[in-house]
Amino acid sequence: MRSAGYFSRTMLVVGLLFLYAPILSLIVFSFNNSRLVTVWDAAHSPTLKWYGVLLTNGQILEAAWLSIRIALIAATAASVLGTLAGMALARLGAFRGRGLLLGMTTAPIVMPEVITGLALLLLYVALEQAIGWPHGTGPVTIALAHITFCIAYVTVVVQSRLVGFDESLEEAAMDLGASPATVFRRITLPLIAPAILAGWMLAFTLSWDDLVITQFVAGPGSSTLPMVVFSKVRFGVSPDVNALATLMVLLVSVGMVVSAIFMHYRERRRERDVQRAAAANA
Amino acid sequence: MAQLVSPAGRRLVAGIPIAWLSALFLIPFLIVLKLSFSEVRLAIPPYAPLFVLRHGVPVPQLHLSNYTFLLTDPLYARALAYSVQVAALSTIVCLLLGYPMAYAIARSSPTRRSVLLMLVMLPFWTSFLLRVYAWIGLLKSDGVINNVLLALGLVHQPLALLQTDFSVYIGIVYSYLPFMVLPLYANLEKHDLTLLEAAADLGARPVTRFTRITLPQSVPGIAAGSLLVFIPAVGEYIVPSLLGRTDQLMIGRVLSDEFFENRDWPIASAVAIVMLVLLVAPILLLQRFERRELASQELLAQQPEAGS
Amino acid sequence: MDAIQDRRVSVPVAAARANGQGAPYVRIERVRKDFGSFVAVNEVSLEIYRGEVFCLLGGSGSGKTTLLRMLAGLETPTSGRVYIDDQDMTTIPPYRRPVNMMFQSYALFPHMSVEKNVAFGLEQEGLDRREIRTRVAEILEIVKMGAYGARKPHQLSGGQRQRVALARALVKRPKLLLLDEPLAALDRKLREHTQFELLNIQKRLGVTFVVVTHDQQEAMTISTRMGVMDRGEIVQVGTPAEIYETPATRFVADFIGSVNLLEGEVVRTDSAGLSIRCSETGAQVEVAEDVGVAPGGRVWVALRPEKIELAREPAAGSPAAANQLRGIVKEIGYRGDASAYLVELASGRVFRVTRPNIARDTELRIARDDAVLLSWHRSSPIVLRQ
Repeated sequence: MRSAGYFSRTMLVVGLLFLYAPILSLIVFSFNNSRLVTVWDAAHSPTLKWYGVLLTNGQILEAAWLSIRIALIAATAASVLGTLAGMALARLGAFRGRGLLLGMTTAPIVMPEVITGLALLLLYVALEQAIGWPHGTGPVTIALAHITFCIAYVTVVVQSRLVGFDESLEEAAMDLGASPATVFRRITLPLIAPAILAGWMLAFTLSWDDLVITQFVAGPGSSTLPMVVFSKVRFGVSPDVNALATLMVLLVSVGMVVSAIFMHYRERRRERDVQRAAAANA
Repeated sequence: MAQLVSPAGRRLVAGIPIAWLSALFLIPFLIVLKLSFSEVRLAIPPYAPLFVLRHGVPVPQLHLSNYTFLLTDPLYARALAYSVQVAALSTIVCLLLGYPMAYAIARSSPTRRSVLLMLVMLPFWTSFLLRVYAWIGLLKSDGVINNVLLALGLVHQPLALLQTDFSVYIGIVYSYLPFMVLPLYANLEKHDLTLLEAAADLGARPVTRFTRITLPQSVPGIAAGSLLVFIPAVGEYIVPSLLGRTDQLMIGRVLSDEFFENRDWPIASAVAIVMLVLLVAPILLLQRFERRELASQELLAQQPEAGS
Repeated sequence: MDAIQDRRVSVPVAAARANGQGAPYVRIERVRKDFGSFVAVNEVSLEIYRGEVFCLLGGSGSGKTTLLRMLAGLETPTSGRVYIDDQDMTTIPPYRRPVNMMFQSYALFPHMSVEKNVAFGLEQEGLDRREIRTRVAEILEIVKMGAYGARKPHQLSGGQRQRVALARALVKRPKLLLLDEPLAALDRKLREHTQFELLNIQKRLGVTFVVVTHDQQEAMTISTRMGVMDRGEIVQVGTPAEIYETPATRFVADFIGSVNLLEGEVVRTDSAGLSIRCSETGAQVEVAEDVGVAPGGRVWVALRPEKIELAREPAAGSPAAANQLRGIVKEIGYRGDASAYLVELASGRVFRVTRPNIARDTELRIARDDAVLLSWHRSSPIVLRQ
């Protein structure tokens, strides 16, 4: 009763195979010498040729660098704003504009990106007409747009952490003489830091990977990595994109495995401490 | 705690995100709304001015021509209907595949659970664009699937799998599957398994236990997951662009084409508004579910756990 | 337990203080707290004296925790005023009150060591580091946690965490310490031990304690005075003995310990006391007490189980005299040192009687289905008007 039945477990395996088959195909064919990608050139494969092509492609490298910089800025700014919003929603009770804030931090998550992208570009255009800024689209307009749609994600993560938070910790701190600002700085913030970090990483990934909104708000001069990749693959497969995909999967996998191991050890150490404490006082 | 923060402090904490989001999220939508009532012009920007000063007072210029055009030209209605159909069916497939997956994960041992979750999450953290791209390699005439089928002798000519309904559905189900699995898992993981044991003790068989106890309790997860897939899938752009039919567009591509290809911003805005009107009900529904979820989380957190 | 008995001897002193000698340290004046349409605390007035251990006793929803939190400053009264040491503290935030609280969940900061937890309050006062370290070490010694300074809360057991929470609150040398269900999480053995330790520390440091609890045993054991709360109101304030032996209402009589209640009508009053006829049992109760009710008035008679005597008697006998009832033993709860008897009277009413088990020999003990005579001394019944 406590474990899943045969059907569910089978579907889980099927589902995982489904999720990973395309990724595996990407990886395998990145080592294929043939330009046709999926036609295996046994004579000359496996090869690292396309990795070389990728890493010497100036356009791709420039786009990647732009994407990283924008993602760093967007993730950091969105984390600050999202933490403020999360605190407001979780700790300030009812205030004027709460419904509005709640709506604006949940809608972006599901809103189709074509709509958000269109809306933001129209804003920039109208703004430029009215006050002369921004001067056309570029990295700044992209960054502002990314920050905006990332805030909602960080808010959700931080808010859910705060809701499960023991409020008596904050009350105890106040009782001991700490003003609300001190309470936030020394008690709340350290304890929600992991959630903020998770939100930051989520925002970074979303910004780094964003295509649709970026297409609307980017100018002719600035191309992000997704934009470059998209223009390449609209018209068919491209082996250097396979190489790029493989590198990305590798990066993400390593990151996830490292963090999982780290958290596993922390959890084990904590359990041991708790057991030791209970035994000592038995 | 709320009353103990000074009014100035509260205004700051809440005010800053509200100000930002109002300026960069809310107001843009109002501009879209206004533009949907504008006329297209061959100019930069390609629309008639939003406001005209009459006797020193700005007066909005409203034309319904965009909307009448949308309503009369069957292209748009068909695209919208197609999009809703694709999104709805994809949601159902995601649910049929995702529910058992989430269930199996939720009922695994804790260590296995974290590994499985990681496996489900990993594709999510990898690029959306690149994962959709992967299907091109699988589905094209000289792609992996056709190569395998030809090699096995199951077909004698490569199947046209790309740019069909089939490829669109595959693309959307594939990309949005994690969005279905995660809320479902979050819900199923919280179920009290002793209820199932009590039901068994009272004579209920496995199927009954599922339909009368597990399924009803998982409705909020089903609702959240379905809406998290359906709503963005309606306006999906990347999947139909890379994998979709060329003879029948989804509404996301229609909007984009109107904007970029035809430089008809007012029509694009009108399309956006129509999409919003369509999606406003599901969005509000999702927000209601999320609020309820948040409220129940708050209640659980308020139980004082003395010293534990 | 001897030290606690000694403190009981000093209770009359506290009572004298409570009778107006020396100004109250805490004054709660007509404090009310509404949560929307729900009235949590309804116009409560209370005075607490320096050096007391004052318990707020009540069930859940009685408003005791809300009242405590208003003393701490974590809630603001809807109306009424709170004075601490003659200063109006009603709207002062918690971080500016000379009051500290020990939370039910202990609320130890999980990311700080024991030392840092205890030092936190002193840091807020802006003391220099050396003094903080000395005082922290000092208080940890007092609560016997000196060796655990570097540990984190999750590395401590429940009892240890409680001592750290206590140290953290006491290190600031508050004049008033508020404790929210301090012993609720501990098992019985630890609870008794901790009660003793808490009182020890209280006496040693001279701190005024206000304790919230739902456990009447605990309240009776540790408090110098207690206030019984029901649905947002204080029903009675007094020493444990006063509350137990002279409850003001049926609610209080029933809430503390067990009680047998009989409804009746005053038949006669004279210099010796009251004579009451109980309608239900037809019994006559003679009480050596005057509660100022004229003949014809309705009263309730409360009898504590331990004050009723039990004797085996044939069912048919001389009609019961005053302060006597006949019945059949229905159930016996054997507790080792004493037994609780459920005796069914002729009217169907069941009386609860507790008697120490004096005889080891089972033959001499009263058994189930025995016909018994219940009797009590005329000073035993409590007469209640409400």
